[in-house]
Amino acid sequence: MKVIKIDKNSWTKGIDKSREAYKLFGPVKDKTIVIFKELEQGMFPEMEYTDSVLSAKSVIFPQTEKILGGSLDESIEDHHILKRPDTNYSPRAVLGIRPYDAKAIQLVKLNFDTEDYRDPYWCDAYEATTFIGLAINEPSAFDFSTLTDTGPFGEEGLDILLVDCKEEYLAKVLTDKGETFLKASGFEESANTKPSLKTIKALQSKAEKAITSKIDSSKIKDKTILELYEAPFWDDLAFSCINCGTCTYVCPTCWCFDIQDETRGKTCSRFRNWDTCMDPLFTMHGSGHNPRGEKTQRVRQRFMHKLKYFLDKYDKGIMCVGCGRCVKHCPVNIDIREVCNTMNSYEKQE
Amino acid sequence: MENPYLPYPVRIDDIQIATEDKSLKTFKFVFLNEGDEEKFSYHAGQFAELSIPGIGEIPIGIASSPTEKGFVKFTVFKTGVVTSYLHNMKVGDIMGIRGPLGNWYPWDLLENKNVVIIGGGFAFTTLRSSIVYMLKEENRSKFKNIDVVYGARSPGMLLYRDELYEWEKRDDINMHITVDGTDDPTWKYNTGFVPTIVEEKAPKADKDSYAIVCGPPIMIKFTQPSLEKLGYKPDQIIMSLENRMKCGIGMCGRCNIGKELVCKDGPVFTLEEINKTPKEY
Repeated sequence: MKVIKIDKNSWTKGIDKSREAYKLFGPVKDKTIVIFKELEQGMFPEMEYTDSVLSAKSVIFPQTEKILGGSLDESIEDHHILKRPDTNYSPRAVLGIRPYDAKAIQLVKLNFDTEDYRDPYWCDAYEATTFIGLAINEPSAFDFSTLTDTGPFGEEGLDILLVDCKEEYLAKVLTDKGETFLKASGFEESANTKPSLKTIKALQSKAEKAITSKIDSSKIKDKTILELYEAPFWDDLAFSCINCGTCTYVCPTCWCFDIQDETRGKTCSRFRNWDTCMDPLFTMHGSGHNPRGEKTQRVRQRFMHKLKYFLDKYDKGIMCVGCGRCVKHCPVNIDIREVCNTMNSYEKQE
Repeated sequence: MENPYLPYPVRIDDIQIATEDKSLKTFKFVFLNEGDEEKFSYHAGQFAELSIPGIGEIPIGIASSPTEKGFVKFTVFKTGVVTSYLHNMKVGDIMGIRGPLGNWYPWDLLENKNVVIIGGGFAFTTLRSSIVYMLKEENRSKFKNIDVVYGARSPGMLLYRDELYEWEKRDDINMHITVDGTDDPTWKYNTGFVPTIVEEKAPKADKDSYAIVCGPPIMIKFTQPSLEKLGYKPDQIIMSLENRMKCGIGMCGRCNIGKELVCKDGPVFTLEEINKTPKEY
């Protein structure tokens, strides 16, 4: 394991140097909230933030993305024939992504990069990206990532893990992609590996201890889908939900999307947009029939997808990384930790 | 690898009004680019996204049979933005087709078996594809008895009427055409709902019998008890489901029934499989 020492005084200089080879993304203040954006010249990542309201999923999976385009002008050749737009997939780097968000991208990859189909937009963006994580020294009260196989210092899906050590960052180099980025940025001062790993370890166990939430999903896999689906608690859990969809947009593992066409003059574009399973239109048939027309059905769908369907389908754990965003931002205080514990402890009455 | 969102360009080659109320039309498409027809090679029971640039896409069952070459056919009910636009398009117009998508009826499993095909209303498209495929000379000997129960509201609402009456004349397929009701005194086929006709006319099941069912939810619901009475077990009942779809390739997340995606793991499931999933269709 190689560890690089980055003096904070040389941080912005290194970032600027890396721009020659990478398009950069990172957390920035947008009015009062922190979100992930492309870092234009002169912009630097906000490294002191605790939680960004939106995760970094938009770097790979933009909220709106043009997937095809064409012309409706019958006087030109190839009219009404759609083509993929020329999107720039040159190397990009996302700075300061939190470990749970990086893990989330690995979970979402199971959906977009499959044996049968490869989603070219998602996969091309993913492959172009170097993930530079920032460990969480002081987890928020909503963070339960240690219970979802991630943790504030988790390394899955990262190329580099930065650890904030006051005057400097210690950078754990996790992949070749990470090493290439550090070279391009001029961050090449090796730290003394043993003591720096010890420092990191100490910060890690302090951070992990700060997470006190209790969530247990260990028994969900032993129950059948129908047992949980037909359980009597869904109406109670969904009672206060207003179907606003906030949980789905802030969730780093929510990937559902809509496809819509638009025309402007004789130009047509096909876009894909983030969608939400909380919306009744999401499943409405052309006939008006709706298999998930009721609120409870939609709330159940979201939690069953995250905590049961995904688990059964991929055998890679639950589709939740413990970032706590949905808990923090839910206007009616629906808490996935409670839902998970309720599902986990449910025993069907014979 | 190819882009699964990119449709093959096609030209509308023919449009036929399919039902007396003009709510269904059958569109025949030819591929613009050489080689695309081969890439689109499909099995009876699959569907495709019809893709109109600037308007949108709709998932529709493929009505032509893999044994019919040179074109693909879809029968479309006019109901939303895309289907209404499509109904107003003309022969010669250019659009796209994306697919083939989903799984298909289990043709390997059905070899040397008795097959009863049960359809209602507009949902006869992939069943038409299946019948044409099974009746093709080189395929017919692969199957034992073939029975078809197909019903619509009235004679004029039956799809593919000319073909139905042709099949009626053959001795290698037993047709049981029915309508809910008719005031036509010359109507010489059955009158009554599909589940009733199934119970009266469909063959009893033995271990080598399979039923393929495709129709509106209400027909499916009431046909199940009829099939049970005839001895069909849940693993002998094969159904094709519909759900709202966008991507058609298992990614956009809306068409699931439990952990199964109707677009990619389906649309064809056995009743045994469906009985293990939430009934969200």
